Amino acid sequence: MSNKPTTLFDKVWDAHVIRSIADGPDVLLIDRHFIHEVTSPVAFLGLKNRNLSVMFPDRTFATADHNTPTINQHLPVADPLSANQLKALEENSQQYGISHWGLGNPKNGIVHVVGPENGITLPGMTIVCGDSHTSTHGAFGCIAFGIGTSEVEMVLSSQCIMQPKAKKMRINVNGNLHKGVTPKDVVLYIISKLTAAGATGYFVEYAGSVFENMSMEGRMTVCNMSIEMGARGGMIAADETTFNYIKGREKAPKGQAWDDALAYWKTLKTDEGAAFDKEYHFDGADIEPMITYGTNPGMGMGITALIPSAEDIDAGKASFAKSLQYMGFEENEPMLGKKIDYVFIGSCTNGRIEDFRAFASIVKGRKKADNVTAWIVPGSHVVEHQIREEGIYDILVEAGFQLRQPGCSACLAMNDDKIPAGKYAVSTSNRNFEGRQGPGARTLLASPLVAAAAAVTGEVTDPRTLMN
Amino acid sequence: MAYDKFTVLKSRAVPLPIENVDTDQIIPARFLKATKREGFGDNLFRDWRYNNDDTPKQDFVLNNAIYSGKILVGGKNFGSGSSREHAAWAIYDYGFRCVVSSFFADIFKNNSMNIGILPVTVSEGFLEKIFRAIEADPQTELEVNLPEQKISLLATGEHESFDINGYKKHNLINGFDDIDYLQDMKHEIMDFAQKSRY
Repeated sequence: MSNKPTTLFDKVWDAHVIRSIADGPDVLLIDRHFIHEVTSPVAFLGLKNRNLSVMFPDRTFATADHNTPTINQHLPVADPLSANQLKALEENSQQYGISHWGLGNPKNGIVHVVGPENGITLPGMTIVCGDSHTSTHGAFGCIAFGIGTSEVEMVLSSQCIMQPKAKKMRINVNGNLHKGVTPKDVVLYIISKLTAAGATGYFVEYAGSVFENMSMEGRMTVCNMSIEMGARGGMIAADETTFNYIKGREKAPKGQAWDDALAYWKTLKTDEGAAFDKEYHFDGADIEPMITYGTNPGMGMGITALIPSAEDIDAGKASFAKSLQYMGFEENEPMLGKKIDYVFIGSCTNGRIEDFRAFASIVKGRKKADNVTAWIVPGSHVVEHQIREEGIYDILVEAGFQLRQPGCSACLAMNDDKIPAGKYAVSTSNRNFEGRQGPGARTLLASPLVAAAAAVTGEVTDPRTLMN
Repeated sequence: MAYDKFTVLKSRAVPLPIENVDTDQIIPARFLKATKREGFGDNLFRDWRYNNDDTPKQDFVLNNAIYSGKILVGGKNFGSGSSREHAAWAIYDYGFRCVVSSFFADIFKNNSMNIGILPVTVSEGFLEKIFRAIEADPQTELEVNLPEQKISLLATGEHESFDINGYKKHNLINGFDDIDYLQDMKHEIMDFAQKSRY
């Protein structure tokens, strides 16, 4: 090996390359493959049509999440199409010997929540799933990215994927975050600076004291949204925070295997002087609680700012106008004080225990606003139990909220959790695309603190005004 | 063979001069409930194409009979968002074989090539030229020549070359896919995988 300094991304990628095709992609071994009910059925059909088997069923994990109800999960799923997808996942998993955490299983939950929760996600792995938010697992120093259904079939049948190596970007955020500024605000800020396509073609490493000081939950929130600026994925070098999170989890290495793993994981960091194709530096102190005003996640702003005018925007003016028209907003007006109708807290972005703690910290001792419908959806049963054990459940109920059951829910509105046309939702999820949360729905992406402030005031509110 | 071979496509084109066309617009999540790859074309651009009562929105380009063809021309950052291959299926199933834009989202681009749609990245200037030509004359024909990696406006002969890696080009021209390739190297994969750390 040469002594040339290399990046974390290079180290993990290069350790998995089986073959490099000249003028073509690399053949990359995949360590863990997560599957869910929506993007896997056609892949399994493909296997059957080609008479192929699943090469490593024990490196594949199935959970039902995208298309599951968030109430009455003990009852049969009412929508026959959804029920059919869930049945297909269960039958395919059974047929090929894949572990399956279906509805009602205590380990069930959103794929990007349950993977880390159970110690399946470990530093230095390559991880894929037929879901773009697979980038979440990058928080553990993994190369993790979303794939399409043809690629799901590819990984099932060969445990490999064929991808050209992405370019490398490093995003450094140093300095101290102000009160009320959460990991979600940090990533919404970054995306607002880079735009929704600013990292397309790149794999991002997040570095700097802001990420070093973040919990694993926070790092997952950040890496989760890497795709929203077009990046293939995002990653953060594993450190003591990572190791402490993993240690003792069900599928984490134990005993001697733990010691060996730890020694390896500690080598997985970018060397001093390693080259990136692009690098950005931001000051954490410049970030305030964020909110989006438009129809892509790059259209975000500090909550006390004014909606920009078309002149301030580099992107197409026509698309900007179309976006504001859809949202029912005007240029140069404040977001603060805008009436909202729905609040959604949950998703693979902000459906972990820390997010519900943050939400509860604001709603405690207050009441849900009468004009607001709130959907509070834990990312997994494990999170749901924590919510109850820590007394968060009591705070929520006292304030007039209900807790639902785990799933992707209103993040993509495949199930019944749809925001009605024209209504405004402050949502802790990841996408504010037109109709994402239901046909005609208008989404304002924000942190759990901003969501909580909106839930108790009924309008867009700076959460710092409600914090002690 | 997984899909139709792609060599030279001569066709009119459907213009969609909107930036950041995300996969939720191409096919909304509520239409992802199938367990087979059938009928996705009917719901291509569903919420831009139809009103809530399922009547067509007359101002949307797919409902305008003067535009047709096997080539879809979209604004910058086409196919952003979700990894749903259903978006590519919907485009293919509707009848498109090629999407032209000045910039594609990565996953959409991979998904397209994996099912035999050719994504052609052109300069912003050439994209504008195409939009203007179709606006002036909806009969405008484009030629997409994969072996020569060239896209042309047939009437004027204006053209631009486009990039594609040699491996993918070979696959598309011959109708091969990655699964065929990987099956051929299964022993090599098995050896590597058994020695792997995880």
